[in-house]
Amino acid sequence: MTGTDVGILGAGPAGMAAAIRAHEAGARIIVMDDNPGAGGQIWRGGERTQTSSQARQWLRRFQGIEQFTLANCRVVSAEANPLKLLVETGAGAEEIVARSLILATGAREIFLPFPGWTLPGVMGVGGLQAMAKSGLPIEGKTIVVAGSGPLLLAVAAYLKGHGAEVKLIAEQAPRSALTRFGVKLLRTPGKLAQAASLQLSLLGIPYLQSCWIERAEGDGHLEAVVMRRDGKTWTVACDYAAVAYGLYPNAEMAALLGCRMSGAVVAVDELQRTSIENIYCAGECTGIGGVDLSIVEGEIAGYAATGNLHRARKLSGRRKRAQAFADALNTAFALRAELKQLPRADTFVCRCEDVTFARLQSVRSFRVAKLHTRCGMGPCQGRVCGPAADFLFGWRTESVRPPVFPARLGTLITKQSEEEEITASQ
Amino acid sequence: MRVPAGTSVASAVFAAGLTQFRTSVSGEPRAPLCGMGICFECRVTIDNQPHCRSCQIPVQPGMRISTT
Repeated sequence: MTGTDVGILGAGPAGMAAAIRAHEAGARIIVMDDNPGAGGQIWRGGERTQTSSQARQWLRRFQGIEQFTLANCRVVSAEANPLKLLVETGAGAEEIVARSLILATGAREIFLPFPGWTLPGVMGVGGLQAMAKSGLPIEGKTIVVAGSGPLLLAVAAYLKGHGAEVKLIAEQAPRSALTRFGVKLLRTPGKLAQAASLQLSLLGIPYLQSCWIERAEGDGHLEAVVMRRDGKTWTVACDYAAVAYGLYPNAEMAALLGCRMSGAVVAVDELQRTSIENIYCAGECTGIGGVDLSIVEGEIAGYAATGNLHRARKLSGRRKRAQAFADALNTAFALRAELKQLPRADTFVCRCEDVTFARLQSVRSFRVAKLHTRCGMGPCQGRVCGPAADFLFGWRTESVRPPVFPARLGTLITKQSEEEEITASQ
Repeated sequence: MRVPAGTSVASAVFAAGLTQFRTSVSGEPRAPLCGMGICFECRVTIDNQPHCRSCQIPVQPGMRISTT
């Protein structure tokens, strides 16, 4: 068992900012992350591979602090009172006891089912980029980027910059919504410059709005996608399709600890405090808001968790501005109802247990779906089909139980034997 | 095979020309979807240990990787 002042779950922008601020206050910290290195998904691949100076700066500061980081570890279970985490690493299992906990668990992509989406070669948008950053050869590959959100543009530019042939970008949102969003961008000049430079590097890639992938085709692996726009359909041959419909908060750990939720996100106050004492939450798990909002929320949580309430409160203006940008973004890229018509009766919604859309149509809630169809009961534990079911049927995952990640039996036995020792000694 | 240092097992499997990582419960070929450790579609056997998420594991010299 290891003790610490502040336990931080997630080493993305929010977790790193929280760690830096908590460390400044002299607190002992432990940062835990599932990935092999710091940076989260947006700054994946370490300092050397980053093109933004903001990313390099934060990664350098994070690497410079004296801290204890557990990489490639999974937190499989957690308890609130006292704060206790069961962590599985490559070497074994460990229990971590913390005075306070900052949840910076980020977000995952929303994958909506369509015919052929289970074919090898169909990946997420951030997913394909993450694969490319970790060595997937993309030079000369033909790629269709589709779904929704500003990530489509950033990833298409990245792929093109690394030698891929991006055939087209299909954005489901209508041009009118994006134009309104563009007007709002004028109020945040930094973002505008970012958007403009993206546009320039995208020269030569068609960016179609009100357009989406209707189905993917191929024998054993992806060979082509069928696009739909304005009632017309056409086929585009490609090696890979990068498809995602925005982001969904990773709120499982907060839910397991009993933190109050607000819809799908973790509810927090102006100091990033959750409904449970000494548990803070920062970044995308409190609402999808982008990297600037994640950083400022992480800083606030790091200050607040170490008693620097004055410094935490001084950041409220920055947080408010980042939040306004996030709100505009989420309105512009709202998902259209037609996407609910994409799955056919035999399209799998749950990829772990191969549960079809037709079988889910016959039940009334995620809970019933779990009991009757095994939807959400496989190794991903509803992380993929949960957000899809939320969009398609309006279902929410009602309860989270440990282990929140598939765990080795040895890990769970570690926990049990420690509990037995405690009981025996009482 | 040889891959640059830092390459993930998942990317190495694709680089080897394979597209099927695992077989689904109904027999479909599957490959990575999320690329970040949540979907479990990239599971392979590494050094006799089954169900390893290949997208989260960097390649090490001498690793034996098998898909289904």
